[in-house]
This record gives sequence, C-alpha cells and structure tokens, in this order.
Amino acid sequence: MSRKGLSRYLGLSLKGVTYLSLILSNVALLGIIIYILVDGMGYLTWDFLFGPYRAPDLISIWPAIVGTLELLLIALALGLPIGIGSAIFLSEYSKSESKLVKAIRLATETLSGIPSIVYGLFGYLVFVVGFGWGYSLLGGGLTLFLMILPLIVRSVEEALVSVPKSLREASLALGAQKSRTVFKVVLPSASSGIVTGCILASGRVISESAVLLLTIGMVVNKVPGDMLSAGTSLALDIYYFSNFGMPEEAAATSVVLLLLVIFINLLALLAERLLRGKGYGKA
Amino acid sequence: MGKPRISDEPVFDGFKIKVEELNLYYGEKQALKNVSISIEEKQVEAFIGPSGCGKSTFLRTLNRMNDLIDGCRVEGKVEIGGQDIYQKGFDVPYLRRKVGMVFQKPNPFPMSIYDNIAYAPRTFGIKKKDELDEIVVSSLKRASIYDEVKDRLKESALALSGGQQQRLCIARALSASPSILLLDEPTSALDPVSTAKIEELIGELKKEIGIVIVTHNMQQAARIADRTAFFLMGELVEEAPTTAIFSHPQDERTLSYITGRFG
Repeated sequence: MSRKGLSRYLGLSLKGVTYLSLILSNVALLGIIIYILVDGMGYLTWDFLFGPYRAPDLISIWPAIVGTLELLLIALALGLPIGIGSAIFLSEYSKSESKLVKAIRLATETLSGIPSIVYGLFGYLVFVVGFGWGYSLLGGGLTLFLMILPLIVRSVEEALVSVPKSLREASLALGAQKSRTVFKVVLPSASSGIVTGCILASGRVISESAVLLLTIGMVVNKVPGDMLSAGTSLALDIYYFSNFGMPEEAAATSVVLLLLVIFINLLALLAERLLRGKGYGKA
Repeated sequence: MGKPRISDEPVFDGFKIKVEELNLYYGEKQALKNVSISIEEKQVEAFIGPSGCGKSTFLRTLNRMNDLIDGCRVEGKVEIGGQDIYQKGFDVPYLRRKVGMVFQKPNPFPMSIYDNIAYAPRTFGIKKKDELDEIVVSSLKRASIYDEVKDRLKESALALSGGQQQRLCIARALSASPSILLLDEPTSALDPVSTAKIEELIGELKKEIGIVIVTHNMQQAARIADRTAFFLMGELVEEAPTTAIFSHPQDERTLSYITGRFG
C-alpha cells in the first residue's frame, strides 16, 4: 500500500472508530431511558405521585417529592449565595498568588473530589449524632450544601476568570467603582457560566443518595412534618423500592427523577437564552 | 478594594498635564525613567516609539490605570489641572471620569448599544430616562456613529463591526464628559477606512477636549498630532511640535527612528 493510501486508510478507520463509540454511548443511554420508561410508565398514576402512602396497597412517592424539594431548597439557598460570594472574592478581590488563596483553591479542589459517602459520614457524626437532631432533612440538606459548595465555587470562579480583563478595564476607566464593575459588568458577562454551575450543583443534590442514607433516614411512608423530621428523597426511594422487591415502583420513580433533571436542564437553557437575548453570555 | 469612599471631588484648575521626573517600576524592572513633560489643553499630543518603549505605560499613569497592576510603583509628580493625582486619598474614579480612555482593542460591554453608553452616566447616579437619552444621543453624535446605529440602540453592541465598536467605545468614553481623552493605539486593530474615520473624529474632538494618543504609526502622528513625544526604552527622548520632530529632530535617536533605521 502506498503511503498516501495508508494514511487514507488510517483516516477512514479512525472515523469508523469515532462513529462506533458515538453509537455505543448513545445506544447505552437510549437503552437505559427506554428500559426505565417501559418498566415505569405504567405505574405513574396520580395516587403514586401525590396520594397517601399505605403499604402494601397504596405506594406513593409524595414523601420523596416533598423531601427532594426541601433538600434542594436548603442546599441551594445556602450554597448559591455563599458559593458565588466566595468565587467573587477569589477571582475579583484576592491576589491570585497569595498563600491564603492557594490554600483555599487546593481545599476546594480536594473537597470536590471526595466521595459523597464521606460527606454522609461527616453529616451523620455532626448533625445526627453531634447535634442530636437524629435523622433530619435539615441535617441532610446541610450536608448536601457542604458537598456542593466547592462545586459551585469552582464553576463560578471559572466563569468569572473567563471574563476578559478588558471589560473590567473599560468599566474602571469610566470612573466606576470596583464593586459596580463586578456586579454590573463581570457577573452579567459570566452569567451563563454561573447558571450552568448552579444547574450542575442542583443535579448533584437531586441524584445524591449516599449522603442521605446516613443523614435523613429513608422514611419512605411519611410526608415530613418540618425540616427536623426524618424523610426520604427520590433517589433514596429508588434504592428502597428495588431493595424491597418493588422494581416497577423503582422504575416509575426513576422516570420522575429523569423528568425532574430534564426540567431543570430546560430551565437552564431558558435562563441562558434570556440572558443571551440581553446581549450577555457572548463575551 | 472596592469600598465606597466619600470624598470631596478634587477641583481641577483647567486640564493641563504636568509630569515631573516620573519613574515607574514593575517590581524590580524600571519601565519609565525620569519622564518630564507638559501637555497643554485642547490639543492632540502623540506618543510614538517602538514596542515596549513605555509609551502605553506612561499613558496609563495619567488616569492611574497602572494601579491595577500588582507590583507597579510610581515615583515623581503627575499633576493635572494643578492637582497631584498621586496624592494620598485622591478620588481616582473621579479622575477617570475627567480623563477618559479608549483601548487598543474595541471592548464594548456585552450589552445593548444604549446600555453601553448609559453605563457611565448611570454610574454617576443619573436615572431619569430623558436625561440618559440625551447623553446617549449626544455622545453617539460626538463620536460620529449616531447615524449608523440610531435604529438599533437596543441591539447588542457586539453585533457592530470592529471600526463601529471602536467608535462606540469613544462615544462611551465621551458619555462621562471627560476633559482629556487618552487613546491607546485606538486604530491598530482597524482597517484603513475605519482608521480614517477615527482620525477625522479626533480632529473634531480636539476643539473641545485634550487628546493624548499612543500610536506606533508615525504617519498617523504626523497627520493628526499638534505635538509629538518620542519614547525609547522608558525614556522620553524628545518632545516638540509634530512638524519640527519629523522635519528636524534634535536627537540622533529620534532621527534614526523616524527614518526607519529601527523600530
């Protein structure tokens, strides 16, 4: 074979390999989705979603829906302001060579790599045992907040750092104070990156199970009364149902979880489009 | 840090620039050596010189943009309108309102054309729509770009061409009603037609405000500047009326540079 023929052959086979991996990855994904839909859709009834839970005849995931939303609320209500605030400090107000900043950066990187069960253990020792709250949604939410904090800090900081320096200079050269420059120019320009970071963080909260196993107690049959009562989440329900011989219920819960994730992604898309319409996000 | 500081706005007595024995260091490295110069109001002063000669650095000392660089240290005296702009507690944002700046690469904010121009007045607390409208329209007119954008003020500034973006940036600088405008190689990223438009604009603007322009294009300095300063390796070699500096420079080094022997 001539050299030209060989390189052509290599090029073609490489193309083939990439196509194959594309097909494989998508087939796997599609397979999962179809499997879940086929198994679960039949079980999605009004009572299953919103009805009371009276085993063994009436199974409902309403307690899990309430629990998941409460966990999301606690984790994001704390995680977004504190995470975005820290990221602003790191990228705008600190000198990037300082020892403190290097230490913080190392810490956030390490923390975001820790397996979630370790966070769960921490939450168990501190909130469940240490504070004597027992299993509670609040304890679980706080643990999730600690878990997603480094994630939010890192993604928001990355978004802020990618805003060109020339925009900051333009604002300062017009006689704007630093704070105005940060809030009116830098943050809006980084908005789509920030939104993406927040969505990733909510995804982690929704799909987390290991942390919650150790902190909120997996009480699948009772709607939580307040933040300090034990509860469950959608991901925990899937674990529970599949462990206790209810695979169809587990599949149906997965459908709900899947829809929730899709809904949040659509929300992010919408937010990005709205921001882009204002001219942001392209900088 | 961005803490808001209540201070009395300094009172400038005219806008003559007077620099005496200015030395500037980036860490250990000295970027400007003993620069002394006086620049009159309402004229165009050009800074020329090879890359890295300190002309842009010097320009940035005039509105204290060098403050943003870590490890930058300034010695000597820089006076504008009789005020030492490096004195302790000096109101730097106010200085930058009065001494505007346009950068080498057009850097419009990722906002609408209108919001780009209204940014500075809003910073100063102007909120009324008709007041803002008037500033936006007059600034765009002064930068002779109004006719091109008047029908799409609400559209993103990033949709404009490079030359239009640069004139938009000039309009944005004018919206703060500065008395001096610093231009840092404003046409180096632009095509000849856009360059000509901006040069024409500079000729108009100097009737009202002082202009200091850094350029590496000597023909440009010759075309638009009343006076020209030649920088070399951090030193101000020579400063004179433009015609004089190009026809009979006093310094050997200036002669070599303008005749193209280096640079």
